[in-house]
Amino acid sequence: MKELRLMKGNEALAEASIRAGADAYFGYPITPQSEVIEYLMHVQPEKTTGMVVLQAESEIGAINMIYGAAGCGKKVLTTSSGPGISLMQEALSYIAGAELPCVVANIQRGGPGLGTIQPSQGDYFQSVKGGGHGDYKLITLAPASVQETVDYVKLGFELAFQYRNPVMILTDGIIGQMMEKVELFEQQPRITEQFDWATKGKVPGKDHVIVTSLMLQSEEQEKINLRLQAKYREVENNEVRYQEHYCDEDIDYLLVAFGSCARITQKSMEMAREKGIKIGLIRPQTLYPFPVAIIEKLAAKVKGILTVEMNTGQMIEDVKLAANGQTKVEFYGRCGGMIPSPDEILNAIETKLIGG
Amino acid sequence: MSEIIKPENIVYEKTKVMTDKVMHYCPGCGHGTAHKMVAEAIEDLGIQNETIGVTPVGCSVLAYYYFAVDMQEAAHGRATAVATGIKRVMPEKYVFTYQGDGDLAAIGTAETIHACNRGENILIVFINNGIYGMTGGQMAPTTLEGMKSSTSPYGRDLKTMGNPLKISELVAQLEGTYYVTRHSVHTPANARKAKRALKKALEYQKLNKGTCLVEIVSNCPSNWKMTPVESNKWMEEHMFPFYPLGDIKVPQQ
Ligand SMILES: Cc1ncc(C[n+]2csc(CCOP(=O)(O)OP(=O)(O)O)c2C)c(N)n1
Ligand code: SF4
Repeated sequence: MKELRLMKGNEALAEASIRAGADAYFGYPITPQSEVIEYLMHVQPEKTTGMVVLQAESEIGAINMIYGAAGCGKKVLTTSSGPGISLMQEALSYIAGAELPCVVANIQRGGPGLGTIQPSQGDYFQSVKGGGHGDYKLITLAPASVQETVDYVKLGFELAFQYRNPVMILTDGIIGQMMEKVELFEQQPRITEQFDWATKGKVPGKDHVIVTSLMLQSEEQEKINLRLQAKYREVENNEVRYQEHYCDEDIDYLLVAFGSCARITQKSMEMAREKGIKIGLIRPQTLYPFPVAIIEKLAAKVKGILTVEMNTGQMIEDVKLAANGQTKVEFYGRCGGMIPSPDEILNAIETKLIGG
Repeated sequence: MSEIIKPENIVYEKTKVMTDKVMHYCPGCGHGTAHKMVAEAIEDLGIQNETIGVTPVGCSVLAYYYFAVDMQEAAHGRATAVATGIKRVMPEKYVFTYQGDGDLAAIGTAETIHACNRGENILIVFINNGIYGMTGGQMAPTTLEGMKSSTSPYGRDLKTMGNPLKISELVAQLEGTYYVTRHSVHTPANARKAKRALKKALEYQKLNKGTCLVEIVSNCPSNWKMTPVESNKWMEEHMFPFYPLGDIKVPQQ
């Protein structure tokens, strides 16, 4: 049954994982995401859906438990933030290499180092450009609300299994901590499918299953890499998602922002429009695959683009690549846990984008 | 001749739990025999189709080619975490890890201790050859005092390099472990004993009473820079006194 509730982002994420029919959650506490495991431990889904919840000894432990359970063809997820996500990078590379499905959520906090527990978008590069070693990609979803967080847990599992690839939900301390009205989707059944790629006990008459990311012969390893790349091209062709505001109108300027920062930027856009500035907004919902085509198209018609981020300028590199020199691309951002105000962004629109 | 080759006359057959893949191990290496004992234990119990194994990073990384059971290859040191993930979502399966000393007792110490402390119902097969075989003979946590390796070329100096780690004795103290025992496979008699221990440990898994660890003190002729025969003798003379064979923790009756 669908249900309306007022929920904190992290708790909604946890509830969505139960409802998505997840088989297991493995995690380790870190602010600002500890409510995910706290909620799960409190609700005890093992007694209702059978979902396993385990507090691991570290994020390294957690993500390798994810590898093992995902290798059995099960729906599994973990969540963390900054330092914890950094610890997971080796295993994420293994998971991508072994082509296993899983969902990981990064409730971002400010870095580098131990940084701050306040919200940030400083892990953009880490998520969309790799993070771990080797040529691989994480399908990266960027929710801008508690509702989208919930929806992306379900979508994340669908994409993870469709492409047999890890999916990163890149959110932040704002969305994780704030309460909003949310419509929860109906309880989904846990999967019963016996995937032929998964370890489940050898099937008599068939070869034993091997889950590995190792291939010592270079010729074969190159083939694996090329196969992965072909998969990523398919993802890029089919899975780009974004929201546009006023982009089909006659606009002079374009804003690009994602996640919580896009909601603030949207407010600044409305303020600018009230002042008569013809301006629109693209909010990428998938950061990988990045909405290249729409930005390229709009870059041809606008006088300038302003990228707004809660970091020192990361997504702007992808915006510039998409704009491909057709128009100027400016940046405004706050970092270290600071959140830009609508006025600040409006000021950046007027000075950097129009005045600059 | 042909009279002799009849099914009823067969006294020994290679276990079906091993594939026909040619092993990559060095001549005289204990890994091959250890594999065979694990595989025969699985066959004897008739659990080939209910077993999932996890290989480490180390010389036995490719063991997934040799065991004819479903296998996963873990990151260096993380096999017991991977096995935890498997066992928690497939509690009805028999799950084992096969790990070297560097994998289990250096980079993976946290995962090992915590899997044992949680009492994960898995079998850990621990191959202790006192050295990093795969990467070319560097010092391991289990390298003996004075023992030469490529990173302790003048012998392990306890003051600067620390002490050899008896991880089996360490985990035996944890409430979560059920059966901890140390064996070798360098003679037929020892190999048979090791197999009996492995069988017991796998049988215990059904009881859900906790983690079982079977340590196999083994050789590495290539990196010890000895012939296989010399290495076995050296193992008896040097490894066994420090890592004595026998049960370390047995189930309480
Ligand atoms: C994160 C990481 N660090 C280092 C290595 C390199 N490495 C591969 S195997 C190994 C040591 C293996 O030694 P051991 O576990 O004793 O097994 P053996 O080869 O002796 O059977 C090391 C250090 C690696 N693969 N991954
Ligand atoms: S290097 Fe040592 S442990 Fe590795 S296969 Fe050769 S003898 Fe065995």
